[in-house]
Amino acid sequence: MGVLTPVVKENKGKIKNNRSSDTVMEIVMYAVAVIFLILLIYPLYFIIIASFSDPSAVSGGQVWLFPKGFTLDGYQELLRHKNIWIGYRNTILYTIAGTAIGLVVNISAAYALSRKDLRGRKFLSLFFIFTMFFNGGLIPTFLTIRDFHLYDTFLVMVLPFSVGVYNIIVARTFFQTSIPGDLWEAAQIDGCGNLRFFTQVVLPLSKAIIAVLGLWIAVGHWNSYFNALIYLKNPNLHPLQLILRNILITNQMQSGIGSGEAAQLALRLANMMRYSVIIVATVPIMCVYPFIQKYFNQGVMIGAVKE
Amino acid sequence: MRSGQASPGGTFGAVKRNWGLYLLLLPAVVLSLLFAYKPMYGILIAFKDYSPAMGIAESPWAGFKYFEKFFNSYQFSATIKNTLIISLYSLVTFPIPIILALMVNQMRPNRFRRFFQTVSYMPHFISTVVMVGLMVILLSPSTGLVGNLYSLFGKEAPDLMGSSALFSSVYVWSDVWQHVGWDSIIFIAALSAVDPSLYEAATVDGASRWHKVRFIDIPMLMPTAVTLLILRVGGLLGVGFEKVYLMQNDLNATSSEILSTYVYKIGLLSSQYSFSSAVNLFNTVINFILLIIVNQISKKISENSLW
Repeated sequence: MGVLTPVVKENKGKIKNNRSSDTVMEIVMYAVAVIFLILLIYPLYFIIIASFSDPSAVSGGQVWLFPKGFTLDGYQELLRHKNIWIGYRNTILYTIAGTAIGLVVNISAAYALSRKDLRGRKFLSLFFIFTMFFNGGLIPTFLTIRDFHLYDTFLVMVLPFSVGVYNIIVARTFFQTSIPGDLWEAAQIDGCGNLRFFTQVVLPLSKAIIAVLGLWIAVGHWNSYFNALIYLKNPNLHPLQLILRNILITNQMQSGIGSGEAAQLALRLANMMRYSVIIVATVPIMCVYPFIQKYFNQGVMIGAVKE
Repeated sequence: MRSGQASPGGTFGAVKRNWGLYLLLLPAVVLSLLFAYKPMYGILIAFKDYSPAMGIAESPWAGFKYFEKFFNSYQFSATIKNTLIISLYSLVTFPIPIILALMVNQMRPNRFRRFFQTVSYMPHFISTVVMVGLMVILLSPSTGLVGNLYSLFGKEAPDLMGSSALFSSVYVWSDVWQHVGWDSIIFIAALSAVDPSLYEAATVDGASRWHKVRFIDIPMLMPTAVTLLILRVGGLLGVGFEKVYLMQNDLNATSSEILSTYVYKIGLLSSQYSFSSAVNLFNTVINFILLIIVNQISKKISENSLW
């Protein structure tokens, strides 16, 4: 902070100056930031080290900074748990199929809505936006799904709820601001139709928004639990999140009951697996996201722009 | 070329010329009709004695019987009270992401800032199931991190997950922990759009950093904040099902039963379709009215509105 720089720095033009109140503010701010950072990171870090530690050391409060009594038992127990792998497989399938369908549906609708020469544009936008604020509710939707014979099928996880109005608005704004109208005029003169223009000109220019929506939708599918809870009965169709609930939350209620050595051992293994299962379920998403973080931000920002 | 302003051939001609765009819209429109609009017709069952054998149309009318039943039940005041407490409590935490954004904006753009942001978004990608699982593990008074912390100081830890009195606090603050970073992105974006000359002028006038935050940054965030606040208030009774449902247990039941979990239980678990739909419709209508009222008020006093 020392020197008074008359040159405006490129970022937001913060001019450094050396008032003492500014220094105090700076110190306070960074102190708060560091505390905040610790509060955010430590629980996550604890899960990681706990998953590699002897469970009795964990529950005895001996694990703070490094794993204690290093063991991979939790992960080994995980490998034996067949349901997790079924869940994993299903979630991957739902995520791939659901993301593909969601992208096609939302991106193409968003592009059409972004075009000023679309007749009935206002009405069509309203048609979608209305569903954001008003819906039939749980039971009528459930009955509809059942009437269409989608209950307990693969399809129910990827098709019925693939229209994301918020996603459409974000993509529409992107198209409006980054695909110049002249482009379409020129293409039209060359005799290019709407569909060809969309696939051969618009899509290649829209990789950023495709990446953003694709990842939002994929994360949604990876983490989705509600639809599976309501619409799936067959355990072979259950996604990972539903199986995680059984391991992480429901079992908790039962584990207090029972005593004896067998029960103790079971409890021990169940406890160990809890840490490793969290890691296994969360790491895939956490691994992708730093790479596409800037796109995520972009998406949120585009979403912030009012029409 | 037929690219005049007065579309030749009238509406029909305009539609025909752009048939490709309508084709692009088709999937989203069809899916919305089937899975968003068709269930709205099913709302009728709230006013009928619905019997699955007879279907929606044939079931006999029941008038407002189910609404009266709900208004007269003891769950009425309990669920509404719990729902309101949780959502008003969440509303109080609304400024936290704004404060975080102001802080990030004050940081010099360096590695620390980037690391800080990356870490602050990270918990957003944890699924609700894993999040509640984490809470169950970490907040356990006997074996969890919180329990260990307390015993470090020789104290007895409170049972956070099994406490009726603390339910709303646990719910709201864990939500803040998970989403504060993500929610701040939109404000950081709004701040990055501030004209640098404002800061320069302020510096010339002798403003400290705090003054700049107070008189430039905060006013700049108001439109975004108001818009988001309207949306939040509009969803006041719409507290999410997933997390509350997963956090529920016998011990916290008196303060964790909210409208959406109640709808699920009476509807799907005990098959009282008409009653459940009535409760749900009541919820939706109140939300809709709130949204409209808040939007009107905001329009009057600040010229910010959703429509």
